[in-house]
Parts: sequence; C-alpha cells; structure tokens
Amino acid sequence: MITNWEKIRTDFPILKREINDQSLIYMDNAATTQKPRPVIDAICDFYENYNANVYRGVHTLSGEATTVYENSREKVADFIGAKEKEEVIFTKGTTNSLNYLAQMLSLEVKAGDEILLTYMEHHSNIIPWQQLAKRKKAKLIYVELTDEGKIDLSDYKNKLNKRTKIVSFTHVSNILGTINPVLEMTELAHEMNAIVIVDGAQAVPHFKVNVQELNVDFYAFSGHKMLGPTGIGVLYGKKKWLTSLEPAEFGGEMIELVKEQESTWANLPNKFEAGTPNISGAIGLAAAIDYLENIGMDNIKNYEEELFIYLYEKLININGLEIYGPDDLTAHSGVISFNLEGIHPHDLATALDLEGIAIRAGHHCGQLLMHKLNVVATSRISLYFYNTKEEVDQVIQTLEQTKEFFSA
Amino acid sequence: MRSKRLEMLYRTLIKEHSNNPKNKRTLENATGEIELFNPSCGDLMIIQFKLDHDILTEVCFEGQGCAISMASASMMTELMQGKSINEAKDLIGQFYQLVQGNKEVDTKLLKDAVYLEGVSKFPTRIRCATLSWHALEQGLKEQE
Repeated sequence: MITNWEKIRTDFPILKREINDQSLIYMDNAATTQKPRPVIDAICDFYENYNANVYRGVHTLSGEATTVYENSREKVADFIGAKEKEEVIFTKGTTNSLNYLAQMLSLEVKAGDEILLTYMEHHSNIIPWQQLAKRKKAKLIYVELTDEGKIDLSDYKNKLNKRTKIVSFTHVSNILGTINPVLEMTELAHEMNAIVIVDGAQAVPHFKVNVQELNVDFYAFSGHKMLGPTGIGVLYGKKKWLTSLEPAEFGGEMIELVKEQESTWANLPNKFEAGTPNISGAIGLAAAIDYLENIGMDNIKNYEEELFIYLYEKLININGLEIYGPDDLTAHSGVISFNLEGIHPHDLATALDLEGIAIRAGHHCGQLLMHKLNVVATSRISLYFYNTKEEVDQVIQTLEQTKEFFSA
Repeated sequence: MRSKRLEMLYRTLIKEHSNNPKNKRTLENATGEIELFNPSCGDLMIIQFKLDHDILTEVCFEGQGCAISMASASMMTELMQGKSINEAKDLIGQFYQLVQGNKEVDTKLLKDAVYLEGVSKFPTRIRCATLSWHALEQGLKEQE
C-alpha cells in the first residue's frame, strides 16, 4: 500500500493555519506533536456521549467509561509489546512517570548505592534522581558522551559496578537525536543487577518499540509527543517490580480495604493510579495509537529517515552552520540541533517564526548537555511524518536569508 | 518581504547596538551588582553600577544573549548614566510600558531604547528586552 503523505496532512486541522500570513510549518515535534482529527473526535465523543467516572459506578455510563479506559490500557500494552496490560500505568506524562518511579524506588535505594545517568538526559530524567540521591545519600554518576554525541559505551561499562542500583537513560536524545543502544546497555546493567529505566519520550512516537525485546525494567513516555493529548503518559514496569514496589500516591481507586490505622492496596494497575485518572487523555492516546498503527510504524520510520537525510544534507551545506550530534545517520532520529555563527538561537527562531516556521530555541531542558557542548543554547528542528520536503526547502531558504540579514 | 518583517523588529539601530554594545565591560569597585538568568534560554545578564549619593555615575553590563537582550542592555546602560535613582526607576517603568505596547509612553525620554518598541508584537521575546532593566531595577531596590 502506498501512503499518501499529502493526504495525511489534511487530517491535522492545525496545519491549515497561517502564522504571520504564511502557511504554518511545524517543526517543533520533539516538544509536542499536532493532533489529527480522529484523536480530537475521540476526546469529544467521550465527553459528549459517555462521560462518567471509572470503576466506581454501577450505572451504565460508568461501565462504558471503564471499558473504554481499560481498552485504552490494553491498546498501549499491545503497542509497546508489554506482556500484560497490568504493566501499563497511566500517568500525566514522562516527567510524572519518572518522578513517580523515583518515589516508588525510594525504599530500594540505600546510602552508598549508585544511580547511573548520562550527560544527554532531559532534566526530567536528572532531577528526580538527584533528589532521591540526596534523600538517600546515594551517589549520582554520569556517563560521558563521545565527541560525536553518542553515549560512550566504554565509560558506561567502567562506571557500572555492583553498587549500581539504578541505570536511567534516554532511548533517543531530545537534543542530539542520538538513538541509544538500549538492549546492549540493558544487558550490561542487568549483569550488575541494576534496575534499568528508559525515557522513551522521543522514541515511541517515531518507531516500533518493544519493551519485552529491550528487556528494560521500566519505560516511560508521553501521549502528547505521539499525536495524543497533553496530560496523559505511560509508565511501563515489569510485573515483578510493580507487584513488589509500594505505591507513592494514595487515595481513591488505589485501595482494597481501608481501616482506621492501615489500609491494603488494590491489584495492579490500580494500585499505582490514585484518584480519578485522565480518562479522556487515555482515550485520546488510544485513538492516537490507532492512527499511528493505521499508517504503520515502520512506514513512519522510513518516511522520517528519508526526510531527515534530505534535511541533513541541506543543513551541512550552509556555511557557518554547526551541527551538534552524530553524523552517523543510522543512529539518528529526526531531531537536530545546530547554531548559525553569530546569530543567537532566539533571534533565529524569531526570524523563522516570521515566516510561519515553528522550531525550538534554547537549552531544551538539557543544561548539563549544553554545558558539555560548550554552548548556552541551540536551535532545534524536529520532524514528524506530516512534514514534507517542500517544507524543508522553505526552512533552508529562510535560514539562508536570516543569515544574510544578520550579517549585513 | 522577508527582511521587511525582520527589519520591523531588528531595526538597524538595534543591530548596531548588539554588534557593538556600549558599556559592555566589568566595572571596578561597583556599588551594586546583579546577575539575572533568562530561564528559557539560559542567557546570563550581569549589571553593575556605581552610585554617587543617589546619582548613577556608571552602569555597565556583561553577559551573553540574543541581539534583543544585548542591544537592550547597551541602550539601557547608556540611558542611565547620570540619572538619579528615582529618574532611573521611572525610566524602567516607562520601558516596561513601551515593550508591552502602551502608546502613552514619553518616547523621547527613552532615547535609543524606544527602537525596541517592536518587541511588543513578540510576546515571547519581551523578557529578552527587559532582562537588563529588571537587573538594574533589582539592584537599585537593594540599595534602599
């Protein structure tokens, strides 16, 4: 089946918008993605036709809402290859997943234990561990990057040891676009009996991820970066961990029996979902997965790879443009950071915005990496499958003109 | 067409100030010094000043940042030389009004800084323009 990528664009109402009298070119997809009509409709349908709280009602609507909410969980579990749907916990997003996890694992970490991160982590995969390390007097250790912006695997091996309790790293860098060798890193960490946590926020939207094949202990990602609504995310955990770990939030839905001085917890996954969950968010995420699967994740991956190579080859031909990240395009996602000599990323982003082009400028929640790169900020283009070669041409042309304007 | 839009924001005078900023140096024996971060981009702005009684005899800045923030700091430090604390505070207030699009600002008082008026149409960039002004405001407050 040949995919009509132009037609796919018509599914996204926002792509018809004009910004500063120009057609919107949205290339800030690592920050969040746009939403196709079926996702928007699924959320409206819930509120218009079967809105009710889940689990706690005997009435018809509550039953319907519960069924659809749980079907969404099953859809997510299938999508990421989880063994059982109980291994999928709904959260607010990746940040929330990682924070929650850092609290859940709090009892596992003791003074002197080591938590291993890398220098390419998003702040959301640093600060929760930094706080945990402080509370527990554990040691936070960072794996170095190679000059081209990959994880330095020999440094990783050197820093892994019997004291390593937790290893947490990103599947795909939100700044460099580097795709990390998750399976290899997981196996090495497991040899030391470390718990492996992977931030998949920039991976799941773009290619097929199978948590069982990767053999990770936990995997976190966000709905809004994969066509879903904001405020919904996922924490996947192996059942053996989720069964033995204590919840970190308490209240309705997560209990079995409540007595005056103590309580017992509900079964998985409810044990980790205190309070009314984001029902419409889960429904929206399920609709997003349907949409992605309808196109096909391999199809999306191939399209994005081709588009990225097209972009990359044009970018490297701009004089004075410095690219950060690997030039090995086989280990590269559709995210690329760069600087144009003499132009601050904020000025560049404003110049592009004037032509309707949305990109990101700043430190991208990666101040440790910015420090390593010896820059204060970068500009970042991040693609998705609704971007086109014509849009890339527009962006390149605008970059050239901006360069000319500021050098004049 | 493209450069027209850009020119509305990055007026020639702004580019001049940003390429050749005034008073971008470290001040010995400063009366006050304030360091501010622009959290969205990580840019750093350091404002130093000397007071003789309540007169700002020298205002300097250091730091790195976008053309808007560098030009604005250059314009601000130039404007503030010789002003009293109260005059400085008034000018800072006027400048905030200007970049928020208030038309009733006495533009003559603000000298070159009036060219930053265009920032009012770019809400995400107002913070870049006001960073150095906020720093001075904070520094003067600490003198009270």
